[in-house]
Amino acid sequence: MSLFVNLTLNGITNGMIFAAVALGLVFIWRATHIVNFGQGSMAMFTTYLAVTLLDRHLNYWLAFVAALVAGLVLGAVIEQILIRPLRGKPALNPVIVTLGLFILLEGLAGSIFGVGSRSFPPAFSQAGLKVGHTTLAFSHFDVFILAAVVVLMLGTLALFRATSLGLRMRAAAFAPEVARLLGVRVGRILTLGWALAAVAGSLAGLLVAPTVSFSPSFMDLILVYAFTSAVVGGLDSPVGALVGGLVTGLALSYVGGYLGSSLEPLGALAILMVVLSARPEGIFSRPEPRRV
Amino acid sequence: MLDVEELSVAYGAVKALQGVSFQAQDGSVTAVLGANGAGKTTLLRTVSGLVKPQSGTVSYDGVKLTGLSVESIVRLGVSHVPEGRGVIEELTVDENLRLGTLWRFGHRERRPMLQEIYDLFPPLAERRNRMASTLSGGERQMLAIGRALSSKPTLLLLDEPSLGLAPLVTAQIMAMIRKLARETRLTVVLVEQNVRSALSIAEEAVVINLGRVVIADRADTVAADTQLRHHYLGF
Repeated sequence: MSLFVNLTLNGITNGMIFAAVALGLVFIWRATHIVNFGQGSMAMFTTYLAVTLLDRHLNYWLAFVAALVAGLVLGAVIEQILIRPLRGKPALNPVIVTLGLFILLEGLAGSIFGVGSRSFPPAFSQAGLKVGHTTLAFSHFDVFILAAVVVLMLGTLALFRATSLGLRMRAAAFAPEVARLLGVRVGRILTLGWALAAVAGSLAGLLVAPTVSFSPSFMDLILVYAFTSAVVGGLDSPVGALVGGLVTGLALSYVGGYLGSSLEPLGALAILMVVLSARPEGIFSRPEPRRV
Repeated sequence: MLDVEELSVAYGAVKALQGVSFQAQDGSVTAVLGANGAGKTTLLRTVSGLVKPQSGTVSYDGVKLTGLSVESIVRLGVSHVPEGRGVIEELTVDENLRLGTLWRFGHRERRPMLQEIYDLFPPLAERRNRMASTLSGGERQMLAIGRALSSKPTLLLLDEPSLGLAPLVTAQIMAMIRKLARETRLTVVLVEQNVRSALSIAEEAVVINLGRVVIADRADTVAADTQLRHHYLGF
């Protein structure tokens, strides 16, 4: 029983991290209809920036915020320099560019920061919380992870539902040409979509780094699981990213706990195959009507 | 005044418009008529900046529009209701309308402006919180026109508002366009397949065939020219 509880808690924590990265993928998919394979390495890069600042004894939270701001800038710059010139070109071109970005950033990080793994300090204690006599596999830091991602999700929801910027973003995603005819500066909205996606990714990077062996490839597997989450939820649905993240996180935690951790990647593959064959557009995405 | 001069547009090797010139006076309705593929939609898309011309110019109130971005042209008071209406189905009626006001009005002025549109189209007011995908064809057309008006434009470009509508609904929409032009000095350029109803509300008519202007004259003159009607307008 305690194994089940621990696996569930672990699954929820991991799921929230997948959800944050998946949210970034959803932002970019909604804005530009591109699957951003560079999402993980962008987050890796800003997390390295944070740890570099921490090495220079900067305040933890200042380094944390600096990494998020760096993500914002990095996302905007990448959209402007690498993605914008490819608008109107075949859809595969920018996707290949994001793959190139993935290789470039990991190589760059390896040569600047070194390829070896090191540690990243957690914001809060990682010792398991005690309930009565049992120690849960759930720490103060895990509570922080949950809270941070919930804040990210609520912020996203408020942005989309309650602000006119969010209305512009939705219009630009659903009908870019009509949005332009209504005066929405769609180009800026796309840049903003990439910037916000990179912030979500950076946050995930900062949350993951203390829990894994921190090296330039530390986000690779996370990106695969986040991609699974985004596909499960539907690539254009922020709510789907959250639910997809939790489903993937829990499923992988159970697979790892009961069947062996080496089977986790296979579990992700199984989830992808089941979802893609049963409901290819994802759980929360609306199937696109086909014009006849 | 809208002034289109010697406008030529090509999609690759296909010439969509060749040396098109005409003017639309302030507060008037100008009907742009012609068969399918004559270049009517291309003409509107070029005026609003969605299509870049090969040569020629479009000016509005003395400002050259050619070369400006779509978003900048909108800010000069040009509102374009595209072919197929462009209602965003994933948004509610109210969100669709609000979208039109965003660049134009501050937070406080938006609500009164939306109320004006709801007063103009009462069926929209009843459905303001419904998804736009649930609207009927006529309601969608009201939403598309209402949204275009919500930024208080001075030039309205309408691409086939009657498409797919029942004759009675078409008549109502046309009457509404006529009224708006008369009462608010709105300049309307109306692209239509439905020649009779377009000519019934227009002062001026431009007939386009294979990308060239056949005639640009008073609407009643065009309507009275039996040969021209038979030849280019099919009635």
